[in-house]
Amino acid sequence: MKKVLMGNHAISIGATLSRVQVIAAYPITPQTQVVEKLSEIVANGELDAEFIKVESEHSAMAASIGAAAAGARAFTATSAQGLLLMHEVLHWASRARLPIVMANINRALAPGWTIWTDQNDSLSQRDTGWIQLYASDNQEVLDSLIIAYKVAEQLSLPVMVILDAFVLSHTYEPVEVPEQSEVDKFLPPFNPEWKLDVNNPHAFGGLTAPNIYMEFQYNHHNAMLKAKELINKEGEAFGKIFGRTYGNIDKYKTDDADYILLTSGTLARTSNIVVDSYREKGIKLGNLRVRTFRPFPTEEIYDALKKAKKVFVVDRNLSYGHSGIFFEETKASLYNSDLDIPIFGFVTGLGGRDVTPELITEIVEHGIKSEKPENDVIWMGVQK
Amino acid sequence: MLDYEKYLRYRTFPVPWCPGCGIGMIFKAVAMTFSKLEWEPNDIAVVSGIGCSGRLSTYFNTNSLHTTHGRALTFATGVKLSNPDKHVVVFSGDGDALAIGGNHFIHACRRNLNMKMVVINNNIYGMTGGQVSPTTPTGFISTTTPYGNTEPHFNTVELAKAAGATYVARETVNRPRQLLKVLEKAFKHTGFAVVEVISNCHINLGRRNKLKHPIPMLDWINQQTIPIAKAKDMSEDELELKYVVGEFVHRHRPDYFEVYENKVVKKAKGE
Ligand SMILES: Cc1ncc(C[n+]2csc(CCOP(=O)(O)OP(=O)(O)O)c2C)c(N)n1
Repeated sequence: MKKVLMGNHAISIGATLSRVQVIAAYPITPQTQVVEKLSEIVANGELDAEFIKVESEHSAMAASIGAAAAGARAFTATSAQGLLLMHEVLHWASRARLPIVMANINRALAPGWTIWTDQNDSLSQRDTGWIQLYASDNQEVLDSLIIAYKVAEQLSLPVMVILDAFVLSHTYEPVEVPEQSEVDKFLPPFNPEWKLDVNNPHAFGGLTAPNIYMEFQYNHHNAMLKAKELINKEGEAFGKIFGRTYGNIDKYKTDDADYILLTSGTLARTSNIVVDSYREKGIKLGNLRVRTFRPFPTEEIYDALKKAKKVFVVDRNLSYGHSGIFFEETKASLYNSDLDIPIFGFVTGLGGRDVTPELITEIVEHGIKSEKPENDVIWMGVQK
Repeated sequence: MLDYEKYLRYRTFPVPWCPGCGIGMIFKAVAMTFSKLEWEPNDIAVVSGIGCSGRLSTYFNTNSLHTTHGRALTFATGVKLSNPDKHVVVFSGDGDALAIGGNHFIHACRRNLNMKMVVINNNIYGMTGGQVSPTTPTGFISTTTPYGNTEPHFNTVELAKAAGATYVARETVNRPRQLLKVLEKAFKHTGFAVVEVISNCHINLGRRNKLKHPIPMLDWINQQTIPIAKAKDMSEDELELKYVVGEFVHRHRPDYFEVYENKVVKKAKGE
């Protein structure tokens, strides 16, 4: 059924259709409607789940860990400061190999206090061992949640589905809401091999000496690498049922492109508009949207970029003292390949400053005109 | 110029609170107390958490630190330790002080560092639009409890008492004179002082509970208010959901600095 949904409600409905069993959450702008809607859905009896209004995000993730360890499908959602507060237990969740799925609404960090979007909150969680998927529209938000559980539970890895504050979280878009029966066919009930079970006891979180600790990390990393295949595989399987296919990357007119924008989240949609306007002028511009940031889809990115002359990475985030983070990752992952093209890193749109088609056009113009990037960060739209 | 105006940072006005919000009244009462005590703006640090209450630090013409949600007391602890002679006044909402920051609240009471804390209890997470808080009355509707809150609520005063605060009082925004009195005593007190002020959030709590205008909401608070002397003769059941107001604790216990000076510094010096 087609509905007009805000991104936040797309999350709530995605979680509901995934038949989550335990929800633990703490409110934060711009995530609040996710929790409010879910509390309504649970209270109305439309979803057979336990919902606990915990006292902080740290507790929300800790309770999700407890629930998942006991064999329940767990869900939470947060943003910005809330995600930072979860940091300790984000590591715990992934290292305990618990397939929790959460939504994070990208909001910039304080101080200065702000509620508008950028990606530094989730990118600060890069090394927590979670799969990270960046969505670019509300349909994808909903679908990604369902796919996330399917991937998470096969690999025993947690997944974060990420979307832009306000641009998606509070914006209404037409969304096809899948039928529950169809979702049930795609996503079987959670039935973990290891769980806290009085009849067959297991222990999570034991002391791990140097003789074995590293092997856990090795396995965790390999599971992450497997996720690259599985995200594509389940994204295609989802497409067979629902007609919408997802993968690690999303290519827009990149196959014959001389110049390729590399983007994520909603910046990708703005960039597609710019691609079309260049195409009309006969300039071969393309846009490569990176949807999976962890694991990093190095091989697919290489394939998509290998025929291009230049790459323009647009980052709505910043690693202080180095560069934009998608830029840094892209450049590093291609270093040992035979690809020898200039990769430009543009930083823009921090703290929710609008990134318009005009600004993306400026980025493209700058890139086309310059032979090589003059710096690791090319600031766009900053008042100096 | 009124004598408390020098404590207001006019260039940051207008203030952000909804029309009729009780926080404005608390704001004024605190500024008047600063004035009465003749504290210099530069000798005061106002530290606040996040929430509608947390916004207060911006509007005081003092040193101010607008911190993170729940952690105002911990930032304030650092400020006080580095400036023991200055006045540190902390503002938190009920969520800030008792949910996400509950741990810091009990430890601040226990430690008895010489700071003042004003807990603005509007019984809801106001700023985020009305989700249930640890002080939301049982049965009240919030955006996360669409059929009424089923969880028991904290009693801030009892919590502060049990955790060892040496000055504890509760007032409501309906009682400005009494509020001024307890604020003055709290601010003069040496040790950790807690003043809980019951405030009205008609927008994000009242609206969903047939109290959507300030006056009915203030009336409701009035009906729930029982002076401490009268409460002595009432049973626990009768006091459920009531706001007992007055001064609950006012006692001397050596504050953190005094203890440190006597028990550590002197020992270390072999005195
Ligand atoms: C770590 C973190 N989690 C959540 C939030 C979002 N948040 C901002 S204010 C607030 C609650 C405010 O309620 P309260 O503390 O009672 O203060 P009030 O607004 O009612 O004065 C929340 C949950 C945040 N800023 N940081």
